[in-house]
Amino acid sequence: MAVAHGLCSGMGGMRTTGDLVCRMQFAKSMKIADAKKYVADKLEIDPFQLTEENYVRDIREQLGMGVVTGQPNTPKGMPAKMNIEKVLGIEISSCEHFRQQVLRN
Amino acid sequence: MDEILAGMADGADAADAPDLTQDDIERMCDIICDPSNIVGVEPGEQVIVTKDGGEFKFSQDSGGCGVGITSISRAAAVQMYERAFAFDTLELGWMDYSFKPLKTVVYEEMVTYEQIVETVIPPFMYGAMPNMGLYYAPDGQFRNPNDLMRVSNMEDSMEQSELAAEQLVGDMEYITGQFTKIGLEGFDFDTTGSAGDAEFVATLRGAETYRKQDPNANIIIGMSSESILGLHGLMEYKGYRVAGMYPAEQAKMAELSGANVFGAVVNTNSSKSFPWNVARATTIIKKCTSEANIPVHANLGMGVGGIPICEVVPTDTVGRAGKILIELAHIDGV
Repeated sequence: MAVAHGLCSGMGGMRTTGDLVCRMQFAKSMKIADAKKYVADKLEIDPFQLTEENYVRDIREQLGMGVVTGQPNTPKGMPAKMNIEKVLGIEISSCEHFRQQVLRN
Repeated sequence: MDEILAGMADGADAADAPDLTQDDIERMCDIICDPSNIVGVEPGEQVIVTKDGGEFKFSQDSGGCGVGITSISRAAAVQMYERAFAFDTLELGWMDYSFKPLKTVVYEEMVTYEQIVETVIPPFMYGAMPNMGLYYAPDGQFRNPNDLMRVSNMEDSMEQSELAAEQLVGDMEYITGQFTKIGLEGFDFDTTGSAGDAEFVATLRGAETYRKQDPNANIIIGMSSESILGLHGLMEYKGYRVAGMYPAEQAKMAELSGANVFGAVVNTNSSKSFPWNVARATTIIKKCTSEANIPVHANLGMGVGGIPICEVVPTDTVGRAGKILIELAHIDGV
């Protein structure tokens, strides 16, 4: 059922920019239209293109935000999230914790 | 069409919501009557999908709507949600999915979360239900308010609800405080209010505390039912009596607590048709989205949001309900 929702109504997560738009809903409590516009402006694309898989896949790779396929030599996990912080201008708690641990050592 | 009109009228009456427009009603009828098996939104209208239950839906039995693949690891399950199913958010949860049992295993859960969060990219939540019923006899340490009401001992019944709520707030503070130490990205307070108004107030206070612990926390408060049961009756949050509140008022309380996203619920009436139920849900949630200042994600699982109550939910109802609520109730997520 959840997968059906994802296909029928969802933004597509890392296949597109669903995770980025969701970051803004959480970080700034933005409603969907505002969150889409914010992310589109940061990526310098039209909001309509946020869910065009092939188009945004290259943007994700260029900006180091992680791609959904197993692409060698691209940021994954924490490094990708740190790049997302920079692109969107937000702070992610897990990234901050990671930075504190690195600095502590 | 008659079913849509009747469901809309029932929803408008229950939640003091305005009727849908004639255009809304006709569009809803078109979507319901679409002969396609899979019905989805048009390009550009997609919304965020959040999900309760976390990765254990793979391993759980049918009692928790799981699919019983017990051989899959928790980390692999989260990564499958990320990469195979391309979900917008990810979640980790303990199999009991409730705060009380979570408290006893929180350190194991912190280690598991720490290991997985470094490998995934979308927002990664931890989820649990307040489930305050577990604090009452015969399972918990407090006398059962329902038993006390049966013998007309209202004062003791209310006192036990208040004591259980205090314990729940303390458990929430402890658990979110521990998770904050390891960089938790956010918490999904799921199925809130299942034990009535005292549980709803306890959850709001728990979310408020978590917001103070981590100003960057991603907080979802999702409901268990469309109205707050007044099992206590007089519980208040920031001066508002919460018993009897419907989604529009609940969302305002969630916003006051510091939540980022509110999960609105409208119960499915299993004696009524899909058109009746989805029209009712749309009417109630449209009022909620029009008044809320934070994003509203409609709960569209088994038995809520117009979705039928059955273990294996028909996919065509899932897509139609999502499309109707996105187009007509203007939800920000599912």
